[in-house]
Amino acid sequence: MHAPLVLGIETSCDETGIGIVRGRQLLSNTIASSMDEHARYGGVVPEVAARAHLEALQPSIDAALAEAGVTLADLDAVAVTSGPGLAGALMVGVGAAKGLAVALDKPLYAVNHLVGHIAADILDADAGELEYPTVALLVSGGHTSLLLVRDLTSDVELLGETMDDAAGEAFDKVARLLKLPYPGGPEIDRAAASGDPTAIRFPRGLSRASDMASHRYDFSFSGLKTAVARWVEQHEAAGEPVPVADVAASFREAVVDVLVTKALDACERHGVPRLLLGGGVIANKRLRDVALERAAAAGVAVRIPPLRLCTDNGAMIAALAAELIASGRRPSTLAFGADSTLPVTEIQVAEDPDAEPPAPHFGAAA
Amino acid sequence: MILGIDTSLGTAVAAITRDGEVLADEQSANPLGHAEVIGDLLRRATSAAPAPTHVAIGMGPGPFTGLRVGIATARVYALGRGVPVVPVPSHDGIALGILLADALIDVETPRFAVVTDARRREFAYSVYDGIDDDGLPVRVSDAALSPRDDLDGRLAELGAARVDATSVSAAMISLAAARALDAGRTLAGPEPLYLRSPDVVAAHAPKRVSG
Ligand SMILES: [Zn+2]
Repeated sequence: MHAPLVLGIETSCDETGIGIVRGRQLLSNTIASSMDEHARYGGVVPEVAARAHLEALQPSIDAALAEAGVTLADLDAVAVTSGPGLAGALMVGVGAAKGLAVALDKPLYAVNHLVGHIAADILDADAGELEYPTVALLVSGGHTSLLLVRDLTSDVELLGETMDDAAGEAFDKVARLLKLPYPGGPEIDRAAASGDPTAIRFPRGLSRASDMASHRYDFSFSGLKTAVARWVEQHEAAGEPVPVADVAASFREAVVDVLVTKALDACERHGVPRLLLGGGVIANKRLRDVALERAAAAGVAVRIPPLRLCTDNGAMIAALAAELIASGRRPSTLAFGADSTLPVTEIQVAEDPDAEPPAPHFGAAA
Repeated sequence: MILGIDTSLGTAVAAITRDGEVLADEQSANPLGHAEVIGDLLRRATSAAPAPTHVAIGMGPGPFTGLRVGIATARVYALGRGVPVVPVPSHDGIALGILLADALIDVETPRFAVVTDARRREFAYSVYDGIDDDGLPVRVSDAALSPRDDLDGRLAELGAARVDATSVSAAMISLAAARALDAGRTLAGPEPLYLRSPDVVAAHAPKRVSG
């Protein structure tokens, strides 16, 4: 009996992630980022990201195999992100994964990126079993989603998502307003360290009583960004210096407040005392601190995977496929594509009804 | 045995023996959907030719998103099989097909330009003049872009007949690779023939939001 050895390929945004897992055991989490190439544009440029993926694929696969101490011939399956994400970037990974699966004659699992973020948690050997149901808040430069997870492989429900910018994007845009470099998250954090988060009361998007009926768990950050821009412009027009630290701290507080408030509201309304955080913006310490503090007060247990597994990576994609295999799911056909708006309910894409079920010698992932 | 993959126009996968016999020739006429079809085309081609010694890759020019699918598939397939890749300009494959077709009916091919769509109101073109002793098309000017309206004037200056192509034969990509290998020649570098820097605008100052 052994747990399946899976190589996962993730190219949905600006990180080329190659991960290798054996069941729930992490063997390699290799990431090549094109973030530096995007810095001069102030945000991710899809064509720049896609070109970088193509160049990074092969060296990243080699590096991951070396780190894991396995060869391609040892693999039991290949996994890839089908969506959601940037279409052109996703397609590089999809092509690569199909090439590898055909070359090795191994099953291919096409999976959902957002559900992958949840699967990152099961690779944390120190964290104990993930309990269901759990609410998951996934926050990055590409997405801001609130999910209700009843089962990782079979039942994930979208509670809400951003109607405009992702939270990470809002950090980047406000950083530019404040003339801070890209990526905005760490820069806003640095600037906010000496600021007063209560100095300016910026709006909390979709948080009015009238929003509760149809957008209770949805997010909107573009109004917040505009409010910050207007505030800064008014100060500049009046010839006053802009208190960058206070603006940064107050903006960050507005983002953190709305994220944590909606996540804990979802926990309460669904009677779920568990909250899982994921996505690159979880690196923001203020977000983690506020979430932990307010969750403790609400009696909600918070799980946060290690940060290397919170940002986009291939290990989470491999981990999700390993769980699908352990639950008896058949591989995907070769006929799927990239789906930039893949709904979170589609945990696996194009499961092949005619394929053999996973080999019986794959034990439960352990 | 040489496996060839090209997604610069449509999606094509083929396999030939080292001396040019076609074992598999798979095509999808759909100019889009590269990522969707490439896996099944590859599986069909490799079931006819299960142990390629090389993977020939059409490196473009072509619309970037589709072009990359084939290059990614080919590179990682080759990695999985532990065999080398042979990059081939996609226009070389098209030119070789034109020259061989003419030779078959004993027609002398005049100097010509392979012309493909490059989007953004531009064409990509490469100019060829005959076939050399290695059996490869003689490329007299490398792939370049031209505004659509200027192309005919440019080709007149170059004395090249215009041949518009809407598909690439992966068998011809494979054959060009086989002949280049035989001759110890390299036809293209490892990078895709994008011919255009990533379409980007540099960061500009944030727009004002208040009046
Ligand atoms: Zn992500």
